[in-house]
Amino acid sequence: MSARVVLAVARRVLTQLRRDRRTVAMLLVLPCAIMTLLWWMFTGLPGRGFAALAPALLALIPFIVMFLVTSVTTLRERTSGTLERLLAMPMGKGDFLLGYALAFGVVATVQSALAVGVSTWFLDLDVNGPSWLLLVVAVLDALLGSALGLFVSAFARTEFQAVQFMPALVIPQILLCGLFVERDRLPRFLGVVSDCLPLSYAVDAMRSVSAQRHPDVLGDLALITAFAAAALVLGALTLRRRSA
Amino acid sequence: MTTGGFEVTGLTVVRGGTEVLRDLSCTVSAGEVTGLLGPSGCGKSTLMRAVVGVQQITRGSVRVLGEPAGSASLRHRIGYVTQTPSVYDDLTVVENLEFFASVLGVPRSRVGDCLTTVDLSSHRDAVVGRLSGGERSRVSLAVALLGEPELLVLDEPTVGLDPVLRQDLWGTFHALAAAGAAVLVSSHVMDEAMRCDRLLLMRDGRLIADDPPTALLARTGTADIESAFLALVREDR
Repeated sequence: MSARVVLAVARRVLTQLRRDRRTVAMLLVLPCAIMTLLWWMFTGLPGRGFAALAPALLALIPFIVMFLVTSVTTLRERTSGTLERLLAMPMGKGDFLLGYALAFGVVATVQSALAVGVSTWFLDLDVNGPSWLLLVVAVLDALLGSALGLFVSAFARTEFQAVQFMPALVIPQILLCGLFVERDRLPRFLGVVSDCLPLSYAVDAMRSVSAQRHPDVLGDLALITAFAAAALVLGALTLRRRSA
Repeated sequence: MTTGGFEVTGLTVVRGGTEVLRDLSCTVSAGEVTGLLGPSGCGKSTLMRAVVGVQQITRGSVRVLGEPAGSASLRHRIGYVTQTPSVYDDLTVVENLEFFASVLGVPRSRVGDCLTTVDLSSHRDAVVGRLSGGERSRVSLAVALLGEPELLVLDEPTVGLDPVLRQDLWGTFHALAAAGAAVLVSSHVMDEAMRCDRLLLMRDGRLIADDPPTALLARTGTADIESAFLALVREDR
């Protein structure tokens, strides 16, 4: 593992991203726009519609976006031959993965800071717990999305296929994460499935932070981190120096 | 046992149920430019991949610079250029080179030197995706030169290049070989063969000749490599 190589990878990924202005704009503006849309939908209605849904959405967006961005970028790296070239150089797989995680971690932090900022300052989202914890959950979520995206990119031959993995892996998690039916009121089997999915814990954590003054989210955060680490290890296994 | 160049013994590679390389043996030594020639699909790229250590091999052994191909210690010492340029299209020429230079841990000054070698100094700030095919493959070649490799493996590096530049690049390959490197260059264009010190002719995953070009012409009694190739194929049947 070499800090020089990790930083070089992270810088390179960010430079590539910077050159793609449209993607940067989408990454930063879209989450804020979606939060605003959600707020607007509930403006004339009684009850806590926005406040109830916003924390879950703040958990979902970075996860989905980073999943897509990573699966397409790493697939490109696999198909363009640059990954093979890098692995034939003195580069550890860990250097490659950490470099990507660092770059996307930076992007996710900026993205989530904007979305959380817009929601709390302009859209009057009440956060009882510390706002920075929302950010921590969001960034972990984004890293989880990145790790899963990296893993699935090994099973896609084209960018078209990579994008198809999004509904397959992400939509069931959205359905079962407690957004539509509270997790403890799901049919028993689905409840167990929900307990095995990482997004459930991300949504739980976001909700605790917004609802409680002193939220205890360490368990949730540890689980999300464990899922992300497991996906990264699986992703590392798919980076082969030798191929058929 | 030589320590420069590489040695392939009884190499067989099976891919998708077909034998791409069949019991192939050859030696490439340091200080020479070796041409790997044959029609497209004959297994040149697979042989090169096996030497670089990115190809899963079925049988046989490949030893590179005195070590088994693919050893971690070889990663500093080999430069490899794939047929399609393996560089980042959305970075500029100089950003690409600087990135690979930091991965290799070589000084930044190498970036300028390698750009001069491939005659791209005037395009250093151009985004690679906007360059022509020939320019892109030169960026890829420049990356392979960064680490001053002891073995340079080049898969069709001169396709689509301007004849003047092509001549210059062959000059570069010979200069690198004269400095002690082993250089393996593949091509499906037979007219490049005369520029090599030695030729490996391949067909259907096997080696049909391993000679200096002039010796090959003399042995087959032909005037050019294309005819020599045909004569060898007839003989082979």
